Amino acid sequence: MSITYLEAIREAQARALAEDSRVYIYGQDVGEFGGAFKATKNLAAEFPGRVKDAPISEDAMVGSAIGAAIEGMRPIIEMQFADFSVAGFNQIVNHAAAFHWRTRVPCPIVVRLPSGGVSGSGPFHSQSLETIYAHYPGLIVMTPATVEDAYSMLLEAVAIDDPVIFCEHKFLYYHLKAESLPTEALPTGKARIAREGRDMTIVAYSAMVHEALDVAAEFATEGIEIEVVDLRSVKPIDTDTVIASVARTGRLLCVGEAWPWGGVTAEVIARVTCEAFHLLDAPPQRLNAKDTPIPYHPDLWSAHRPTARSLAAAARKLLQL
Amino acid sequence: MDQTLTSSDRVSEAESSRQAFLAGFGWMLLARTIDEKFASLYRAGKIHGGVYIGKGQEALSAAVGMALREGDVFAPLIRDGAGRLAFGESILDAARTYMGSSLGPMRGRDGSVHRGRPREGLLPMLSHLGAMIPVVNGALMAKRFKGQSGFVGAACIGDGATSTGAFHEGLNQAAVENLPLVLVVADNQFAYSTPTTSQFACASLVDKAKGYGVRGHTADGVDLGDCLRVLSRAADLARGGDGPQLVIGNLLRLCGHGEHDDAHYISPELKASPLGQDCIELAEQRILDESWATASDIAEWKATRIKSVEETVAQVQREPSPDPYKESWYALASKHLSETYENF
Repeated sequence: MSITYLEAIREAQARALAEDSRVYIYGQDVGEFGGAFKATKNLAAEFPGRVKDAPISEDAMVGSAIGAAIEGMRPIIEMQFADFSVAGFNQIVNHAAAFHWRTRVPCPIVVRLPSGGVSGSGPFHSQSLETIYAHYPGLIVMTPATVEDAYSMLLEAVAIDDPVIFCEHKFLYYHLKAESLPTEALPTGKARIAREGRDMTIVAYSAMVHEALDVAAEFATEGIEIEVVDLRSVKPIDTDTVIASVARTGRLLCVGEAWPWGGVTAEVIARVTCEAFHLLDAPPQRLNAKDTPIPYHPDLWSAHRPTARSLAAAARKLLQL
Repeated sequence: MDQTLTSSDRVSEAESSRQAFLAGFGWMLLARTIDEKFASLYRAGKIHGGVYIGKGQEALSAAVGMALREGDVFAPLIRDGAGRLAFGESILDAARTYMGSSLGPMRGRDGSVHRGRPREGLLPMLSHLGAMIPVVNGALMAKRFKGQSGFVGAACIGDGATSTGAFHEGLNQAAVENLPLVLVVADNQFAYSTPTTSQFACASLVDKAKGYGVRGHTADGVDLGDCLRVLSRAADLARGGDGPQLVIGNLLRLCGHGEHDDAHYISPELKASPLGQDCIELAEQRILDESWATASDIAEWKATRIKSVEETVAQVQREPSPDPYKESWYALASKHLSETYENF
């Protein structure tokens, strides 16, 4: 048996619905149709009345989730694409994020964002928005890179008493597979050493973890050992694990699929530079998407986003600094 | 009048509407008293930030609060002091929030009209107009999920919020879900300084009800009796399964947007029009005309309210402000997941 990243998300939701009567799923086409990507396939039939189609109203979807959470429910909101979540941005960042701090009443909602690019998706179906959500106090932002994390972190997202932005990567939906669902997991806020190494640390998250692992495998054939840190959640960021890795390697390269201005890669470098400057043997580097909207054509898209190829070039440059 | 009513039923109906009118008037008086006190504190520099009062909107507001029961949900507008009181908010919560007491429900973290007790159904608003509508919807959906029945939720907005996307999404969502939402629009002729002619182009906001497939109601917002009748009916219909109710109350804001605003843009003609009448003066006149109370009774009611407001404010003035050194600077309920930053 093997299970995909997408199936793991479906299974996590099925388990959450089965085990917790407070959970319901609300989003466009999530009901009988099973969701644009089939992340809720058959769930409406298995859990009658608890997997509900929403009108095309992201503000109202999130707003209603907040109201339901105040009343003790644990809503999961599926955005059809991460890009559409900005139509519900006000409710997420001004309302859900601030709610507990203002009132001491928790606001446990999960907003699932099918994120990142796949070939041919263009400017409005490809975005990685973890940075803008991580900017706001009061949100937890998860960016699972593995089938196991997609499953266990989504379950944890439902259990957490705070609003969680769950950035699931569309590129990983179908081709990333595991033998089985995990029975245990690292806690949220803890990064994972995806591959050990001594010559350089690449910090990545979400789909970029796999590009980093490809680069590490390539460099290993040359005797260069790259350590890959998978952040798992970008808020909170596990700075300790990153700094411990830099202590071993002395070199830091951060990669993210989001745009370059500010953001997760900048945050990691800022923290390492402020807290562990003495551990760095070379200036830390980062690689992001180009600072343009995301192009439609596959040839443009593959040059727009970081890939194993551009990441390898950045790594070689860093080794020579 | 229902033909099946007996004469004693009619008497008791008249008596209950008299009692409701007097109760509503009481909330209106108290809200006006609190508002005047806050405005005075604002002018004395005793309040951080703005003060937003409900002068001219008390009748509609009181009627909303009185149409609700324990277990209902209420997302008030910034001018809903009367409705808040009728729903059960204390003078103390209002004073503590406006004056930043660390003992208040918002503990200095949020202020003025942004107060509430979500666990008791009173939702603390955010400033983005219309955004509370779907939140009330969600609370109603949750009650339905939990198998409860017989509840309603009221969301109050002004004419300006009807132009927002959140209004459209929220009312449409409530209609699609057939939720017991009472959406009350205080059409007070201005959104800050913008007149309704720049806000919408339909003849009346109640015309929008048809487009959303919900029932529409219009209330004369200066007439407490009419407000009580319309809101009571709207809430009963929603409670009984008739779906969302859109209630438009026509009135005029008898003050600025906030106490910083002299409202020079409101014309003398509009102020002199029927919309510009003071709902409290009209209600008082009705009480005297009906001989439901004497002028000296009313004077005593006012004095009692002034006394309790003064006492409450005096108490709150002695209460501690929030201490930034003792503040818990964690935004998350899951404290162990909060980010920490050293600030030098």
